[in-house]
This record gives sequence, C-alpha cells and structure tokens, in this order.
Amino acid sequence: MAMPERLYLPLRQHVGVPAEPVVQVGARVHKGQLLARSGGPISAPIHASTSGVIADITEFTAPHPSGLAGPTIILDPDGEDRWGPRNPPADPFSLEPDEIATRVGAAGVVGMGGAAFPSAVKLDSWRRRPIRTLIINGAECEPYLTCDDRLMRERASGVVDGARLMMRALGACQVMLAVEANKPEALASLAEAARDYAYIEVRRLPVRYPNGSAQHLVTLLTGSEVPAGGRSADVGAVVYNVATAHAVYRALVHDEPLLSRVVTVDGGAVTHPGNLEVPLGALVEDLLRAAGGVSGQDRLIIGGPMMGVMLPHARVPVVKGTSGILALSVAETARRPTAPCIRCGRCVQACPCGLVPLEMAARVRTGDLEGAAGYGLEDCINCGACAYICPSFVPLTQYFQHGQGGLKARRAAVRKIEATRLLAERRSARLAREAQRKAEEAAQRKAARQKQQAAKAAKEGAP
Amino acid sequence: MSVISPVGSPHTHAAVSVTRTMGLVMLTLLPATAYGLWLFGWPAINTLMLSILGAVLGEVLCLWLAGRSPGFFLADGSALLSGWLLALTLPPWAPWWLALGGGLTAIVLGKQIYGGLGQNLFNPAMVGRVALLISFPVQMTQFVAPRPLFSADAPGLLDALAITLHGVPVNDGVTGATPLNYLKTELSRGLAIPDIPGHGLEDLFLGNAAGSLGETSAVLLLLGGLCLVGLRVIRWSVPLAMLGSLALLAASMHGLDPDRYPGVSYHLFSGAAMLGAFYIATDPVTSPVSTRGQLLFGVGCGVLTYAIRTWGNYPEGLGFAILLMNAATPLLDHYLRPRVYGRDGRGSPLRVRRPGP
Repeated sequence: MAMPERLYLPLRQHVGVPAEPVVQVGARVHKGQLLARSGGPISAPIHASTSGVIADITEFTAPHPSGLAGPTIILDPDGEDRWGPRNPPADPFSLEPDEIATRVGAAGVVGMGGAAFPSAVKLDSWRRRPIRTLIINGAECEPYLTCDDRLMRERASGVVDGARLMMRALGACQVMLAVEANKPEALASLAEAARDYAYIEVRRLPVRYPNGSAQHLVTLLTGSEVPAGGRSADVGAVVYNVATAHAVYRALVHDEPLLSRVVTVDGGAVTHPGNLEVPLGALVEDLLRAAGGVSGQDRLIIGGPMMGVMLPHARVPVVKGTSGILALSVAETARRPTAPCIRCGRCVQACPCGLVPLEMAARVRTGDLEGAAGYGLEDCINCGACAYICPSFVPLTQYFQHGQGGLKARRAAVRKIEATRLLAERRSARLAREAQRKAEEAAQRKAARQKQQAAKAAKEGAP
Repeated sequence: MSVISPVGSPHTHAAVSVTRTMGLVMLTLLPATAYGLWLFGWPAINTLMLSILGAVLGEVLCLWLAGRSPGFFLADGSALLSGWLLALTLPPWAPWWLALGGGLTAIVLGKQIYGGLGQNLFNPAMVGRVALLISFPVQMTQFVAPRPLFSADAPGLLDALAITLHGVPVNDGVTGATPLNYLKTELSRGLAIPDIPGHGLEDLFLGNAAGSLGETSAVLLLLGGLCLVGLRVIRWSVPLAMLGSLALLAASMHGLDPDRYPGVSYHLFSGAAMLGAFYIATDPVTSPVSTRGQLLFGVGCGVLTYAIRTWGNYPEGLGFAILLMNAATPLLDHYLRPRVYGRDGRGSPLRVRRPGP
C-alpha cells in the first residue's frame, strides 16, 4: 500500500515492558533507525518504518478495545524511504546461537501470530531445557485470515531460512512447518523451499480450529501435552509463527529490523478485501481506504473473528502483532440476544482444553471465581469455540475473560496482603529482638556496675 | 461520535440456535406423529392438540407470573415440543382433561417450577406422563386397537369429539393392550412365551399395534432419531448406550430362559424404546454434558428400563427409568468431567518429562 501521511508507532507493541524512546521530537530519521530501545529483559525495540521526521511523542489510541491511549512516537514520512547503513553478516548461518538471538532482539522481532511475545526471549529457551523441535506455525486456523497463507506462498524460502536460523539458535535438531490442509499452494511452495534440508518436515494439518494454538499444535505434531501452567519448551518444542520466521530471516540475512508486515483486510463490509504489506504504524483507516473503503460495517475487529478484539474506531495503528483488520457486516456477526443455557453440552464437546464452559460461565456469573477455576477457568485459552457454537448465544468467552481478569486481580491482592503481613511480622520480630538486645545490654551494664561497686567496696574495706 | 460498547470475541457465530434445534426435533417427529394420527384417527388428533395447548398455556401462565416476556421464550419452541412429546406417550383416545392436564403438569411442575428452560431437573414430558400414570392408572392404560383414519370402523369427527369429551365407550371390542402389557399379563398367568400368541415382529416394527399415540412405529422413530444424529442435533452417545444396554440385557436374559424373557427385538421395538432413546433421554437439559456422562446415563436408562419392565409393576417402565437417571445427572456431571488439557485425571498439572540423555 502507499505510504500514509503519518505513522503512529506505539512504544508497546509487544508483551512486556514498553520501549524507551531514544529520539527527540523534530529529529530526522532514516528508515530502520532505532527510535526506542528495549525497556527490559522482556521488551522489544521500535524502529522507524520509513525515513522522515519525528513529529511528536505523545499519547495515542492503542489497538485495544478500551480505546485508551498509550505513549506513541509519531513519524511524518518524507517520502524518500531512505535506508540507513546496514551491515548484514557475511554468513548468517554460521553465527553463534547467542549472536542470532541478540540480532533478533535488536531487530525488534516479536511473535507475529498475535501474541507479540519478544522472539529473542524464546530463543533462549534451550538454557532451561534442551529443545528438540522447532515448530513453525502456519496453521492459520482463524477464519478470514490469509496473511500467513500469502506469505508462505510467495516468500517460502525466507520462511525456511528464518526457520533454519532459529533452529541453529535453539540447538534444535528438527523443524516442522505446520500448515492446515486447506492451503495447498502454501504447502507446495514450502515443500519446494525446504527440499534440500532433510531436517525440515512440512506437515499437513487437518483443518480444525484451534489447531494454531501453540500448545495444541505441539500436541498434534509431537504427541506430548504441554503441562498446565508450563510452556511448550517443557516438552522440548518451541513454536513460532511463519511471519516471525520471515522477520528473523530479514533481520539476519539483510540486517533489516521489523518494519512492516502482511495484514489481511477482509469482512463483508470491505469493498476490495485482500492482503496488504503495511508499514508498522499505519492507521486502520489507511488500510480500509487502501482496500476501497467500507460500507455496512457492524463491527471493526483487529485479528481474527474468533479471538480478535473489537476496535472503538479506525484511528488506531497497525502494530507488529496485527494479523488482520476485519470490517464485519451485520450478517457476519450474527448478533442475537442471549437465551437461557439449555445444558446441551455443545460447548463441552467443542472445548479443545477439556473444560466445562457452561459450568464455568454459571459460576463466573455469580461471582464464584474460585468455583470456576475448579472447572478450569485458568486453563481456558479464550479460543471462542464454545461461544461460537452456543445455541443460546451465551457470551461464554466474555465471561471467561472477565473471570480470568478478576481471578488475577484477586490473586494479586492476596499476594499483596501476604507480603504486607510478612513485612509486619518481620518488623515486630525485629523490634522484639531490638528490645531484647537492649534489655540484655542494660542487664550487662548493671551487672558490670554492681561488680565495679563491689570491687570498690572491697578495695576500700581492705586496708 | 457515537459510543460503541465493546463486545467480546468471538465476533461470528455458527448457524445454530435453540429455536432451530427444537424445530429440527419436531420436523423429524412428524412422520411418526402423522402415522400415529392416521392409525388412531380423529380422537388422537384431539389428544395431540390438547396436550400441546396445555403445555403452551402452562408456559404462558408461568412466564406471565414471573414477569418475563412470553414472546421471547415461547419462540424457542420448547413448550410446544414438550406438549407434543407428552401426547405421543398418551393413550390415543385420551379424555380431554387427561391431555390438557398432562400438558399443564409437564410444563408447570416439570419445568417452570424450577425456573424455566434449562433449569429443570427432570424431563417435562416424562414428569407429565408419570404424574398421569400414577394418578389415573385406568385412563392411562386404556389403549385402543388401531383403526386407521377413513377406515370403516374409525370414529368420525363428531364421534371423536364425544370420545374426547366423555371418554372411550366401555366396549371390549375397542380397547386393546399394548404388546408389553399383554405379555406381562399372559406371563403372570403362568404361560411360557412360546405359547403366548404374540404380535408379529413386523407389527411391532411398523407400529401396527395398540399403544400410545406416537410410540407404536419403531421404524419411523428410529429413522427420525437417526436423522437427528446425522444433523448433529443430538449426539450418538445416549441412544447408543441406552439401546445397546437394553439389547444386551434382553439378549442375555432371553438366552438364559427363553420361556420367561422375551428377545431383543421385542424390547427394542415396543413400548417407546425408540422414542425414549432418541427423543426423551437426549433432552439436553436433563442429560449429562460430557461424553462419558452421557454413556453412563444411557446405560442407566437402558438397564433401569429393562429392570422395571421385567421385574417391576409397570410394563411401560421407560418413563420411570429416564426420570431416575435425570435425578442422577447432576452427580454424573460433577464426577465425569472431561480431562483438562495439560492436566491429569485429578486436575494436577502433568509432570514435565525430563528429556532423555
């Protein structure tokens, strides 16, 4: 798409701590220049998507249903799209694992499937336990979204190279490129790109939501289940999205930080749906305009229809984890009033995690969050399969998100109370020790005085 | 700018609804019902109408008392279906008060007392039927031999009204016993099964026998039920477990003593086994939600049905069996949950396996 008038780069486009700006307002920047550095161990830097001038660093609406603002760098492109100096390594495939992870981190690569977890952090998983399998997630199981499909079809060799680099960083011995069977072209081009590498296996997945969920993908491909509360690294596997693998390839082979991504613009209200390569920081309204505008829109969504979040309006920037922009029409959202639960159990059959959604929702409704946790509230991945199939239109996922938030807040409050109690106990113990020490010192002084007096008396009485 | 209230994910929905579910159930019931109406004539049509009327009246009354909008809740079709199902289990020539009162009882005592749709512990239609069976055993077991509509001895429209309003004329030539009832009586007279002149298997299967309005044609109910399974309106688990356990028990007992215990086909194709297995026991509200729970529930229904039919006082024991298992449903739901991903059967996180050297 054409470069927009203005780019809005939020300092927080990832899970973890926001990035810290290193440029001043008014500064002239070139494409790929560091604008904000990583804010901590779990964070990611932000780079200039194109060359231009920093117009402002201010609060701007974040891509979040609340519509609340977050600190954002505003960049006015100069239209030249001028790169700064780049120093790609001579042979990226011979770099040390640490070096690969460092470069991936410096390039600001985060999980592009939507989770937006800093990729470099995950590349260090091998320090905790050996990693056997690297899984590249091209399942793209959400309806509507086709950005990964296009990427795999057209840039398969980049994906494969990124996967090879990450495999080296992780010390893994095999790569699985997992794609759902409904993308035959992507499967073919990946197989072609990976033909020379015996350790890369292209796996055809059944078409079933939510196969793209990391832990379910691990189970599908390796047979091991990720323990509750654990990570896929616990069973020797690490999962990255295909777009992330491609970004890693760009970062290492071309020394290009993450500056753009492929975004699906779709939905019944969009005039010309399609996939666009979008500079990070472009507004949703820019994308919709590029897709020919919208008409008859009922709901604007960032992400897929199953797990995406609703946007308050279109003046929200595209960030690293934005896989799709959907403008859905009334017919697609199929909004209906909630009817009583008839306990049909469809949600139980649909749940990929083995939970009992109807019981969880009933408990969240009455505020019994611990009871809901007993049915697995904290194991819920919010995939939305239960709410999708519910014949009574109960907003199950909404209940669970509410319940999980409440449970988190409650647990945090309990931890705080516990910490306060511990501090108070320590303080009273310390005070008691102090008092005891003082009493003992006083007793010693008294004893010494008495001894002295006794000695004096004896001395005076002796002659 | 207008304020948009955020809506949680998912942002799309499958083409399912309670109304659609109930509608499909009714659609698949049509053939068996139409056959029953044809078989037993105008009085049966009256019975069906009155039962549905009672159920809908009960629903409207309770919703109105509870201050809810009757339109929204009636639209789901659940009251209509309960009345319909109840009618299928009534004697076809039932007096007007039996059908009407049954429908009212089913909805008021069986469903609305608990708080309406989704809250009831017992299947409303079965509550209605069992309440009638215990309260009015005579009227509830006055079955007529089939007299197809427009046949020579079928009652006309006016005769039918008289039957509905004043009851079946006492005339032994008209009434008949259901196959199960008949067998029970003959057995209690000390006869062995091979000596009892029974109904042919085709009659049972096709439904050309005395019995309740819609229970007689096993084949139409079976086809309707299979359609429901195929359309994924109901699951295979409950019908399979129920009919399977009933068949297994019948086969083993028949094998042990063929003189006293009738065979498999007799149990499967008579006395509402098909109706119960596909349409009553699968009631979503009153059956368990997990597959394991549904299987155990179905087995319980099958075993209890056989036990009550064979050793109990009620040869048509299916209603009791289902109600008893309805009572067990909360317990089954509590103990037979699916295993949570990443956890063992007791709910603790799976242990992390140390990778081999």
